[in-house]
Amino acid sequence: MVADYLERLRREGRIVIVGASLAGLRAAETLRAEGFAGSLTLIGDEPYEPYDRPPLSKAVLLGRASARHTELPHRREIDAKWRLGVAATGLDLTAKRVRLADGDEVEYDRLLIATGVRARPWPKEEEARLDGVCVLRTRDDAARLYQRLRSGPRRVVVIGAGFAGSEVASACREKGIPVTVAERAGAPLVGALGGAIGAVAADLQLENGVDLRTRVTVTALEGDAIGRVRAVHLSDESVVEADVVVVSLGSQRNTEWLTGSGLGAGPRGVACDAGCRAFDFRGIVTDDVFVAGDVARSPHALFGYQFLSLEHWGNAVAQAETAAHNMICHGADRRPHLWMPAFWSSQFGVNIKSVGVPPMGEQLMITQGSLAERRFVGVYGHQGRTVAAVTFDNARWLEFYQRQIEQGAPFPVEFPTVDRRPEGRQPVPADFPDPSLPTHGPTVTLSGYSPADRQLVFTPARH
Amino acid sequence: MRLVVDLNKCQGYAQCAFLAPDVFALHGEEALLYDPRAAEEQRERLARAVAACPVQAITADGLDGAGGATAEAGQGESGGR
Repeated sequence: MVADYLERLRREGRIVIVGASLAGLRAAETLRAEGFAGSLTLIGDEPYEPYDRPPLSKAVLLGRASARHTELPHRREIDAKWRLGVAATGLDLTAKRVRLADGDEVEYDRLLIATGVRARPWPKEEEARLDGVCVLRTRDDAARLYQRLRSGPRRVVVIGAGFAGSEVASACREKGIPVTVAERAGAPLVGALGGAIGAVAADLQLENGVDLRTRVTVTALEGDAIGRVRAVHLSDESVVEADVVVVSLGSQRNTEWLTGSGLGAGPRGVACDAGCRAFDFRGIVTDDVFVAGDVARSPHALFGYQFLSLEHWGNAVAQAETAAHNMICHGADRRPHLWMPAFWSSQFGVNIKSVGVPPMGEQLMITQGSLAERRFVGVYGHQGRTVAAVTFDNARWLEFYQRQIEQGAPFPVEFPTVDRRPEGRQPVPADFPDPSLPTHGPTVTLSGYSPADRQLVFTPARH
Repeated sequence: MRLVVDLNKCQGYAQCAFLAPDVFALHGEEALLYDPRAAEEQRERLARAVAACPVQAITADGLDGAGGATAEAGQGESGGR
């Protein structure tokens, strides 16, 4: 019976993908590549076909690429119905229907949720509406910010020194624009890489002429008589005059449209099993709803089966491929999504890359190179195991460390290397902030803490 | 032509930056900057860059002029997975 159903699904079923970005596109391509011949619908709230986001904060701001032309190349024809520029607003699991903002409804046999995240806006709405206050997530955001930077602002203030904020600051400096970065933590990138590496990032910013203000929060954005932003007030009572403010406070998962659907969806994303099947709010796995990309939260065997939310480009691709494969095959042929977390950033001319889950590490060893030279490999350890690595301008070594993580190699690392300096012979604290405090920009959210850690209180919602 | 580079795979060998300098450039020691929309006159050079990448990190479409057909690099490479 099940075999019959799958055969029919593959031949003439209806698959709907909500989210027309990287994960949605790669899932659609995989479905067709694996022989899905039924109808395929892609729904996206932006009016554009799938485009690539990483260039928006780098090549686009530097004027080396156009915000309007980062569309993703297609790997193959996908013969899909596109519903672009219309958001999904609701899901009826029983009737198997997606509701759209224009009132239309789309029926599915299998559904893939790939709605991703959006930029967290400045919380005070009136201030957020001031002319010159920007966020950076979409191509429209990037086009607007690029125009602002081109018009020669006297000063840009970036709120939040995560990867995106730091990349914006880097682009500003490269264009000779004065920039102030305000960060709640003691250094940039601490949510993703910890304070020890954050200190290197802070030096990089200072050397490149960034006015870096740490351990401060922004208390108010001040506008002028005609509604343009003119100054930023900080918690240390200083005031920075600026005509562009970039709010870079991380992201929020696009799950509101699933409220009341009965899926296990919320601010931390949509929980799913290792096969990308969504859980309902009772913790029971669904049969026909799958999740992929930034909005998903799935358990990972290498990291204590914690549920990881990964806002990583590579994760979107890999999880989309796995979800698509699992959507149209039998249980025994399904694959788990066990992608090794990995990301990159380039800022101030330095290539930063990482594998594994750095925020899980308590300790850090600089195994090659040196922090002072800004060219090094750092390895993170958790309870005697290697769980992550980061490189600054040393990317070719990363694959080796990825194998170490996969093998659960011991930490402190024991192998002798050719380029090991005195500073790297002893582990030092990685210096991550307390995960229960709000920090911005962790590129991995460890959202399923071990029950033994007691860091979360479970408060069931009324359904 | 559209292109995308899997920068998880990219290791900064810079073959692309030598072969198609108007599309790819190194930014600092090993960070890669590229224009995701290459001009038509870059076709030949882009094709060479796709083929020459030691880690097969570049995906481009429209290289054969059919628009929609694809030169896919790295299908056999497991990369970060």
